Amino acid sequence: MKPVPVRDEESAPFFDGALRGELMLLRCPACRTFMSPTAYINTPLRPRCPACFAPEPEWAPSGGRATLYSFAIMHQLYDEAFAADIPYNLAVVETEEGVRLNSQVVGCDNELLEIGMPLEVIFDRVGDDVAIPRFRPAA
Amino acid sequence: MRGATTAIAGLGVTEMGKVYGRTASDFAGEAISLALADAGLAASDVDGLLVNGNHSEEMVPSLQFSLGFLDLTLVNVMSAFGATAATMLQCAADAIARGQANVVACVYADVPLREGGSASQSAYAGKQAPTGFAGLRSAYGDYGPANTMYALALRRHMHLYGTDHDQLGTIAVGQREWARMNPQAQMRKPMTLADYHASRWVVEPLHLFDCCLVSNGGVAVIVTSAERAADLRRPPVHLRGFGQCAPGDQARTGRDPAVHTGARTSGERALREAGIALEDVDLLELYDCYTYTVLVTLEDYGFCGKGEGGEFVADGKLGPGGSLPCNTGGGQLSSYYMWGFTPLAEGVIQARGEAGERQVEKHDHVLVSGNGGVLNFHSTAILGREAA
Repeated sequence: MKPVPVRDEESAPFFDGALRGELMLLRCPACRTFMSPTAYINTPLRPRCPACFAPEPEWAPSGGRATLYSFAIMHQLYDEAFAADIPYNLAVVETEEGVRLNSQVVGCDNELLEIGMPLEVIFDRVGDDVAIPRFRPAA
Repeated sequence: MRGATTAIAGLGVTEMGKVYGRTASDFAGEAISLALADAGLAASDVDGLLVNGNHSEEMVPSLQFSLGFLDLTLVNVMSAFGATAATMLQCAADAIARGQANVVACVYADVPLREGGSASQSAYAGKQAPTGFAGLRSAYGDYGPANTMYALALRRHMHLYGTDHDQLGTIAVGQREWARMNPQAQMRKPMTLADYHASRWVVEPLHLFDCCLVSNGGVAVIVTSAERAADLRRPPVHLRGFGQCAPGDQARTGRDPAVHTGARTSGERALREAGIALEDVDLLELYDCYTYTVLVTLEDYGFCGKGEGGEFVADGKLGPGGSLPCNTGGGQLSSYYMWGFTPLAEGVIQARGEAGERQVEKHDHVLVSGNGGVLNFHSTAILGREAA
């Protein structure tokens, strides 16, 4: 079985948003700059705005539109649950708010992925009360 | 010039690779012991210990106790991921210049490989607990996160500049040719460009042979004053200049450290401090977690223009007999993976003129790079045969 994310305190607004069909980002209350919830792997929620250094970023929904910034195709098997999916894509998208997120593109053959292609967010139910954002080619 | 007053007086490199049943502390102790013997110094001479923080839980300040060092006047664990080695040398050099310490051991050791497990099951596999944002990456199947993120960086470079796999493969093949002359290298089987192309995809566009090894082992260097080093057993390797640049994260628009790395600023500063120009660099020991890292680092140091790295390396100039010898021990791709201590160790060997069959003829100035995160951290050290 594929891993199902377990919401914790800091990620709850993100996963609650995904269940509602909203892609939740952080936004600076001072300068209104949007930002990714975390800056890197295994880092906490951003405590400061990267543009103006103001504290206490707030959760705010993205419009859900993005472009494909880059993509990679995973061939290595780390977890049997993904065996049938190999090769599958992993992507970085840049949302219209200027935020880059690690995600996946669905509804498009890997061979047809193209940097810059317009995308829109969708939400996949992966558990009883868990949804995760992915992106598909924009209509 | 501060850098003119210190030198590397000893180098210790343990057995590398699939060496099991030993702790990181054990490797660290052996590496330091070898480095001290190399220099002609005793453990009691050591008054400074700098530890490269890494995935090992043993690379912590209490390593001092495990190794039995007493009354140190400089001790720290330093971490800028793969960019750490040069920052440790710099810290040691500054402390020695100020009289805070006299003999500083700088050490890297780790045991990420487990017996019976492959590299994809090592400490670098990155399988995460399913909680929080880490759980989101796991849900996407985004394991081995370094491989994925470098693949994403490389794809971006390929898209922008047309970089191709023949060019990347030339880097891998050149380094394997160097490794074949290095008795300490893990990978010494010949490799052709066809072998490179035939190697499996790990995360496309990364072939297996674009990726570094994973190694158990340890490396240490002893830093002391140039004056003292001159009286020790081995030819001093002078610490001529340092630079750092950490461009930051790439999770927002307009920021592309994966394509425009910190090597540019770091390199300029290190060369300026060393009092030399890029043309004076005789050989390069570049951090090579992936072939792409070498290519983009060459661009940002200014050996070629941005986006021209692929064409620049395509003639094989980095390999044996080429005009710009690079990663002359095989690098992390083909010799062993000890983060920044892989290029540093080979830089010391070359600067001394003790590389045997693979010795580069002119070796007055060696540029050693460090790279951490996904091109988020960069460090540069210029090593020299002469103090200035």
